[in-house]
Amino acid sequence: MAKLKARMPCEEMLPFTFGTVKLDETNLGVMTSVMALGEDAALSSALSDAHGVGFPKANRTLGNAGGPRCIWFGQRQAMLIGPAPDDRLQVYAALVDQSDGWCAVTVEGEDVEHVLERLVPVDLRRMHFKRGHTARTQLGHISASITRTGSQAFLILVFRSMAASLVHELSQAMRAVASRRGNG
Amino acid sequence: MRLDCPICGNRDRREFYYQGDAVMLERPAPDAGAAAWDGYLHLRANLAGETRDLWQHEAGCGAWLVVTRNTVTHAIHTVELASAVKEALR
Repeated sequence: MAKLKARMPCEEMLPFTFGTVKLDETNLGVMTSVMALGEDAALSSALSDAHGVGFPKANRTLGNAGGPRCIWFGQRQAMLIGPAPDDRLQVYAALVDQSDGWCAVTVEGEDVEHVLERLVPVDLRRMHFKRGHTARTQLGHISASITRTGSQAFLILVFRSMAASLVHELSQAMRAVASRRGNG
Repeated sequence: MRLDCPICGNRDRREFYYQGDAVMLERPAPDAGAAAWDGYLHLRANLAGETRDLWQHEAGCGAWLVVTRNTVTHAIHTVELASAVKEALR
């Protein structure tokens, strides 16, 4: 059988930097959509037992980069990132492997909020949107999941098919912000 | 225009999809008769004033919502989860 080469969604497009902002691709490994079937509380404790992270509240994430992470992903939905899901979770949630379905990028730097405010209709400034906060919203016309991972860093997830559009939208905004700062 | 999603909070109109009158939540019984079904499917009042419509937070949490708003003043009175409204009808 032919041996297929794995390709990242943004391969050959990233990384790049304009002004103070850097855009790079992130390999999140295994990603599993977790959709609650019964009680959220029962699912949360089963998730904690199996992977050490519970089921996040709306607009929040649990866990950290590197370890198991659970990002809230919609009404009674979360994305489990890192470990392959424990079989025992199947009683509490519908589990779907979406590892290859998403494009994940990290955008970071001093002007990152100014870049995102050109594209995203949610107030992402640090006073309102702190580390561990997440939002399902739009970036340009693309449906996205946006999570703050640091004081000047965000993790952005879009459908894999939107990778080139995402890079295009972000690069335009990064270029514009950098040129206004006079360091484009 | 902004809507207060009960799950996500206050969001811009562009994240939402408009479906139509919230009467769609009150489906008649299969044997309710032609008149009831005709009204349910086709007859809508085009009011100037308070309307109750179904919206979906398409680019957000995905929840269906019942939005009560005034088409004259543009005031938005309530935004409720359609699942909760449906549950209350049972």
